[in-house]
Amino acid sequence: MSILELRDLSVTYRTEGGDVPAVRGVDLTIEAGDTVGLAGESGCGKSTIAGAVLRLLPAGTRVDGQVLLDGEDVYEMKPGRLRAVRWTSAAIVFQGALHSLNPVHRVGAQIAEAIRVHGSVDGRAIATRVGALLEQVGIPASRASRYPHQLSGGQRQRVLIALALACEPKLLIADEPTTALDVMVQAQVLDLLASLQRDHGLAMLFITHDLSVLTHACRRLAVMYAGRIVETGLGVDVFRDPQHPYSRALAGAFPTIGDPASRLRPSGLAGDPPDPSALPTGCPFHPRCAVAVDACRTTDVRLLPVGSASSEASAACVHVETR
Amino acid sequence: MRPRFVIGKVLGALSTLLFVVVVNFFLFRVVNDDPVESMFRGRNLSAEQKDRLRQQFNLDGSKLQQFWAYLRELLQGNLGVSLQSRRPVTTEIGEALWPTIALVGTATTLSMVIGVVIGIRAGWRRRSAFDVGSTTFSMFTYSVPDFWLAMLALGLFSVQLGVFPTGGLEDAGTTATGISLLLDQLHHMALPCLVLAIAYVGEYAIVMRSSMLDTVREDYLQLARAKGLRDVEVRRRHAVPNAILPVVSLSALNFGFVLSGSIAVESIFSWPGLGQATLEAIRGPDFPMLQGLFLLFSAAVILANLAVDLLYGFLDPRVGGR
Repeated sequence: MSILELRDLSVTYRTEGGDVPAVRGVDLTIEAGDTVGLAGESGCGKSTIAGAVLRLLPAGTRVDGQVLLDGEDVYEMKPGRLRAVRWTSAAIVFQGALHSLNPVHRVGAQIAEAIRVHGSVDGRAIATRVGALLEQVGIPASRASRYPHQLSGGQRQRVLIALALACEPKLLIADEPTTALDVMVQAQVLDLLASLQRDHGLAMLFITHDLSVLTHACRRLAVMYAGRIVETGLGVDVFRDPQHPYSRALAGAFPTIGDPASRLRPSGLAGDPPDPSALPTGCPFHPRCAVAVDACRTTDVRLLPVGSASSEASAACVHVETR
Repeated sequence: MRPRFVIGKVLGALSTLLFVVVVNFFLFRVVNDDPVESMFRGRNLSAEQKDRLRQQFNLDGSKLQQFWAYLRELLQGNLGVSLQSRRPVTTEIGEALWPTIALVGTATTLSMVIGVVIGIRAGWRRRSAFDVGSTTFSMFTYSVPDFWLAMLALGLFSVQLGVFPTGGLEDAGTTATGISLLLDQLHHMALPCLVLAIAYVGEYAIVMRSSMLDTVREDYLQLARAKGLRDVEVRRRHAVPNAILPVVSLSALNFGFVLSGSIAVESIFSWPGLGQATLEAIRGPDFPMLQGLFLLFSAAVILANLAVDLLYGFLDPRVGGR
C-alpha cells in the first residue's frame, strides 16, 4: 500500500473576492521509502498540497478528491483519529524556520510536546529522546533549553527537522525547507535530509521552486503549474530531457555545471504565473509558452504517458508524443 | 533576566521620577507665585502675618531655596500641609488611598480578567456569533463615558430600584463593626465598581481580540496543529502566551492609573477616594495637596511602567537578555 495517495485532489480557497482554485485535480502516489519532488513557481499550489495532506488548510476551504494516508482517507477521519495520524503518519518540515517555531517556548519543549501529545508520559525518557533528536540533526543536546531567537537560521531549520522526526513518521513532507537559508547552509540541510531519509527509510515529499535541488534529493519529480501537475517522471529525465515547455523553462533557468555557455545565457521565463482566480482558457501556460499554437488556447491537455514504456514519464502538452 | 537589564530599568524609572519631582515643583510655582496672597485674598492680614504664613508653608526664600527645602521634606516623607484641612498632605492622601485602591483596583482586575477571556474567545473564532456580539458590546462600553454610565446606574439601581446605596463608603453614622461593616462597605462599593468594570472591560477585550487575530495567522500555530494538538491546546499553549504580551503592558499601565483614574465616578458616588480628594483640592485650590497627589499619581504610573518592563523580560524571552 502506498504511504500517500492523492486522488484527483482539488483545493479551492474561499476568499472575499470569490473562489480561488489553488489545486485542480492532482494525482500523486508516494510509496514507502520513495522520494518525490514537487516543483513549481510560487502560487502554483504546491504548499497547498502539503497543508491538504494533514488537513491543515483554513476552515471553509473546499477540498475535493481523496487524500489517502496509509490507505485511509484523511478527510473521512474523526477529529481524534486525525490528531493521532498527524505527525505520526506524516510530519511536515515547514518553510520559514523563523516563524514556525513558537518564540516563547524553548526548542526542546516544542519537540517534547509532539512526543507527549502522541502518548509518551515519562519525562526523563522524553528529555533523552529530545536530546537524541537534536544530536541527530547536528545540534548539541544542551541547546534544547535555548529559545528559537538564540539559534541561527540553519540551526532553527534543523530543529524543525528534528521536530518532524519526533514521532517517527513514515512520510516526511519538506515544504521549501531551504528557502531563506544561505547557500552553504542550504547544502548542509539538504545533505541532512537526504541522509535521514536513507537511514530511516522515510518516504519524502520534497516541495520547492528549485528544480536543481530536487534532482539531487528526489528519485521522482512532479512539476506543477497553475494547480496541476504538468509533467512527472524520474528526476534525471525531467531535468535532462523535459517534455513540457514549462519544465523546459524551469530546467533552463539553472546553468549546467561544466557547461560555461549555459551560464552566460540563463534562459528565464517571461511573465508571471497566472492568477488562480482568473486562469487563461485552454492550457493555462499558453500565454507564456514559446511554442504555443492555436489549439493551446482552447484545449486543456491532461497528463499523458510519454517516452519509453519504462520511463514512468507523463506530460500535459499538445506537443508531446504519446507513447 | 540579566541583572544589567533589571538595574538599567530601575535606574531609568528613578531618573523619570526625579524629573517628575522637579517639574511638579516648579509647575505649581509658575501657576501660582504666591499662594498665601490668593488664599487670604480679601482678608486683612498684616505683612508679618503673611510672612509667618509663607514661612509655615515653606514659601519664603528664593525658588531654588524653596526647592531644596521641598526636596529635604520629601525625602523625609513630608509632603507639606493641606491648605484646606491644615492636616499633613500624607495623612489626607493616606486616608483616601485605600478606598480608591479597593474600588478601582477591584474594577481593573475584574475587567482585565473578563476582558482577556472575552478577547481570547472572540479573536480565536473571527466573525463567529460570539465574536460579533462581544465586539459590539466591547466597542459600546469602550466608547461610553464612565460618568454617564455612573449616573445611569445611580438613577436606575439606587434611586428607582433602591437596591444599592446612592453613595459613600458606608451607611452614614453606622455603628457596625467587623464583618457587617465590611459587608456594608462592599454593598456601597458594588455599584461604582460594576460601572468602572464595565467601562474598562471593552478596552481589554478589544486589545486582546486584535492581538489574537494577529497571532492566529502565525506559522507556529499551524505547526502546533500539525503536531496533533487539540484546538484548545493550540490556543492555550501557543496562541495565548504570545497574544497576551500587548495586554500585559496595557494592564500594568492601567494599574498605574488606578490611583488617579476615576475622578468622575468617585465624585458621582461620593466615594471618599483620591479622585474626590483631587477634585476638592482643585476647587480650593489646595496646592500642597495637588502637588502631593500629582506626585503620587506620577510615581504610580512610573512604577507600573517599571513593572511592565520587568514582566515583559520575564514573559518574552526575546526581551530581557535571556
